[in-house]
Amino acid sequence: MGVEGIGARVARKEDKRFLTGKGRYTDDMSVPGMKYAIFVRSPYAHAKIRSIDAAAARAMPGVIDVLDGKQLLADGIGNLICGWMIHSKDGSPMKMGAWRPLAHETVRYVGDAVAIVVADSIAEAKDAAEAVVVDYQELPVVTDATKALEPGQPQLHPEAPNNLIFDWQIGDPAATDKAIASAAHVTEITIQNNRLSPNPMEPRATLGIYDGGDDHYTCYTTSQNPHVARLVMSAFYNVAPENKLRVIAPDVGGGFGSKIYIYPEEIVCLWASKRTGVPVKWTSDRTEAFLTDAHGRDHLSTVKMAFDADNRIIGLKVDTTANLGAYMSLFSSAVPTYLYATLLSGQYDIPAIHANVRTVYTNTAPVDAYRGAGRPEATYLLERTMETAARELGVSPAELRRVNFIRSFPHQTPVIMNYDAGDYEASLNAAMQASDWNGFAARKAEAAKRGMKRGIGMSCYIEACGIAPSAAVGSLGAGVGLWESAEVRVNAVGTIEVLTGSHSHGQGHETTFAQLVADRFGVPIDSVNIVHGDTDKVQMGMGTYGSRSGAVGMSAVVKALDKVEAKAKKIAAHLMEADESDIVIENGELKVAGTDKAVPWFQMALAAYTAHNLPPGMEPGLKEGAFYDPANFTFPAGCYICEVEVDPETGVTKIIQFVAADDFGNIINPMIVEGQVHGGLAQGIGQALLEGVHYDPANGQLLTASYMDYAMPRADDLPSFKVSTSNTPCPNNPLGIKGCGEAGAIGSPPALINAITDAIGNNRLTMPATPQKVWAAAHAAN
Amino acid sequence: MAKITMTVNGRQVSGQCHDRTLLVHFIRENLGLTGTHVGCDTSQCGACVVHMDGMSIKSCSTLAAQAAGSEITTIEGLAANGELHPVQAAFKANHGLQCGFCTPGMVMTAVDMIRRHGGQLDEATVRAELEGNICRCTGYHNIVKAILAASAEMGGARVAAE
Repeated sequence: MGVEGIGARVARKEDKRFLTGKGRYTDDMSVPGMKYAIFVRSPYAHAKIRSIDAAAARAMPGVIDVLDGKQLLADGIGNLICGWMIHSKDGSPMKMGAWRPLAHETVRYVGDAVAIVVADSIAEAKDAAEAVVVDYQELPVVTDATKALEPGQPQLHPEAPNNLIFDWQIGDPAATDKAIASAAHVTEITIQNNRLSPNPMEPRATLGIYDGGDDHYTCYTTSQNPHVARLVMSAFYNVAPENKLRVIAPDVGGGFGSKIYIYPEEIVCLWASKRTGVPVKWTSDRTEAFLTDAHGRDHLSTVKMAFDADNRIIGLKVDTTANLGAYMSLFSSAVPTYLYATLLSGQYDIPAIHANVRTVYTNTAPVDAYRGAGRPEATYLLERTMETAARELGVSPAELRRVNFIRSFPHQTPVIMNYDAGDYEASLNAAMQASDWNGFAARKAEAAKRGMKRGIGMSCYIEACGIAPSAAVGSLGAGVGLWESAEVRVNAVGTIEVLTGSHSHGQGHETTFAQLVADRFGVPIDSVNIVHGDTDKVQMGMGTYGSRSGAVGMSAVVKALDKVEAKAKKIAAHLMEADESDIVIENGELKVAGTDKAVPWFQMALAAYTAHNLPPGMEPGLKEGAFYDPANFTFPAGCYICEVEVDPETGVTKIIQFVAADDFGNIINPMIVEGQVHGGLAQGIGQALLEGVHYDPANGQLLTASYMDYAMPRADDLPSFKVSTSNTPCPNNPLGIKGCGEAGAIGSPPALINAITDAIGNNRLTMPATPQKVWAAAHAAN
Repeated sequence: MAKITMTVNGRQVSGQCHDRTLLVHFIRENLGLTGTHVGCDTSQCGACVVHMDGMSIKSCSTLAAQAAGSEITTIEGLAANGELHPVQAAFKANHGLQCGFCTPGMVMTAVDMIRRHGGQLDEATVRAELEGNICRCTGYHNIVKAILAASAEMGGARVAAE
């Protein structure tokens, strides 16, 4: 490992611009003639639109135009789609209702976009939006997924009777039922996974620019995957052909899944720019973000876990109802199915699993992937069940897990996944040691003297990252391949540009991707630039989500580096009249092994471009590209332990310590990996302790639509974290890395709820564990 | 419309704006200083924190007209002569930022926090003082570490360079 190579704790290259106010986010963009957009949104959760009258609004000062869905439809702009086909267990395809970018017939959730106002200033656009008269006929509302399935409930889409989108299953129902029937003990539990709002600190924004001269569109947008945005807007929404549409995702202020999807606003601003002849910028405010950014989670499940007389799990049966909101967002169908139920084996050797999942339309914002996407739901379900079982069986939670750990690899689970490598006992032991698990009883006794209830809880998670082998996901219904692309351009002076289809929105790719190059060629990371986020620069890519940038994106870079290295060695061998197989690259030089002959890196690069003296038949230049399609998912895993004190007087939970022991395989930059874990833990702890999206069930109004109502984790809600890593390298990618972006959010909620329920002696507690709920549960237990 | 004059990052500036224009929009739109961000509109998140006459304020809940005649420092004005301010340097050294969106407000808050506490800060105080700044990326762990490191380095002697 060089000082800037793989494994080095390198400070980030991108930090200077962010620290000095020079970041370039979408809302920072300004172009000549640019105007501002405000969306007229439905104040009702369900209503027919009788008419839209924008005449008064159009006449207001500064207003360029007001456009609605009829005009959009007349111009041939298509509906939004879900790009992952799921079939119900009866073989029928999922029931996808129409999602119009601007609704002109029916609105189905509060915030549904109805019209766009374009004006000289935001203030004037807001004033005019108030003057757009929309005549709504209110309809009955349903916000709860279980209720929406009942007879007689409001129907959202004619395509989906009883609001059922699909009724899907995985695993072996007969074998699972048989295991449960023969079990020595069955643990039964109902698990609720609370609905969350992702809340990246940068609200969504988009700037649509139509150039009539070239009939060309440019879209600046807050996207985690600009190429997917271009593909979808071109192929499905009919905005423009791909060669006439450039999508740029500049600096993006966090995503956590919510910026994967293509929302109505990007489409409408591009279209409105053509209609009005001016560039159109829209920036969400925070309430709009709460109303319209895709939410996460919202599952309700019943679980039966069957044990034999030796406390080994012999069967797991899960029935889940998942709320997908008013419309099917881009990847919404994959989250409660292939990203969820395929992880229900956890770290355990379970011979029989059956999961049934029903997804449901309700009058709420669309629900899609949020940090972890399905895997937090699986982990929470499994680890709450394991903890409950340990309590029922009277064994220690660590021992119950140890008895059931998978210990030989590869391991085929009954739910598709084939785990390639892992050492679950190592992370369990590391976490128990770091948390001084064995000293807990003394700490609990000491706390009791102070009148405090102290509890400890653990969670052993596994996740599938590096999404994903294209053929495999294609066979499961994905509409896209999930490879990644890279291009490595060596300039004539030896500096290097790496173009990647991955997108950085906080992950630090400008540093870690450059570390790969520094490691390979011994050049300083300052001589390496990472180029991403612009469809005119990078040919194609699938973007960043599912902890895939390392395992998939970096693997593509490695493949391209292999090709550059091979050609560079040929050139150097030719220049030094040596055999190509004797060339080694060290410290920025190409050397003939065992001699003092060497060519500096920049000289080899110059030779590639002057082309005065290249091997016979070699093309000039030094630029190589690669597409990398992963062979398997990767399987990060770990153990988290949380220790809390609950004040029985107030129900307030204080986190005393939080320990994370993760196995991410090989690590490129430990500082950045730790940062990813910290952030994930905060979001998981937020889910468990603070956060929850609430709709009024009577009228579908969003009650948590600002930071005054939705409890975001603050600094004093959280402790400093104790994090460590172990390493069983991933055998399926060239770097042996697994991914670390979501682990914290996946593993932490059950550890925290297990700790609180341990403290209060009552296992019945739902997230978020607010003081009121904890107080009630603690007193119900007594 | 009002004509407003103030000093921003040591330079006197004037601009026309609506009476209802917020200071953050005046800074971003009229002056083109886009380092100051809007994250919540309700003065919880702190992405918009700037210094007015040496004290940290939320520019999303201050009218531009209220700032007339005052001295404003934004994130762009913190680094002197191309050298990062010690708080900026500490954020970089301690990986106290990821996506960078909350960072300007965090840094401006931290500078004022260190000044007010004379460089005498502990973890609990830093966490309590960050009540008005939300970060979604870092879990605050490295932000707290960075502020404590900067505070220790500045030792109360070198307060904000403004």
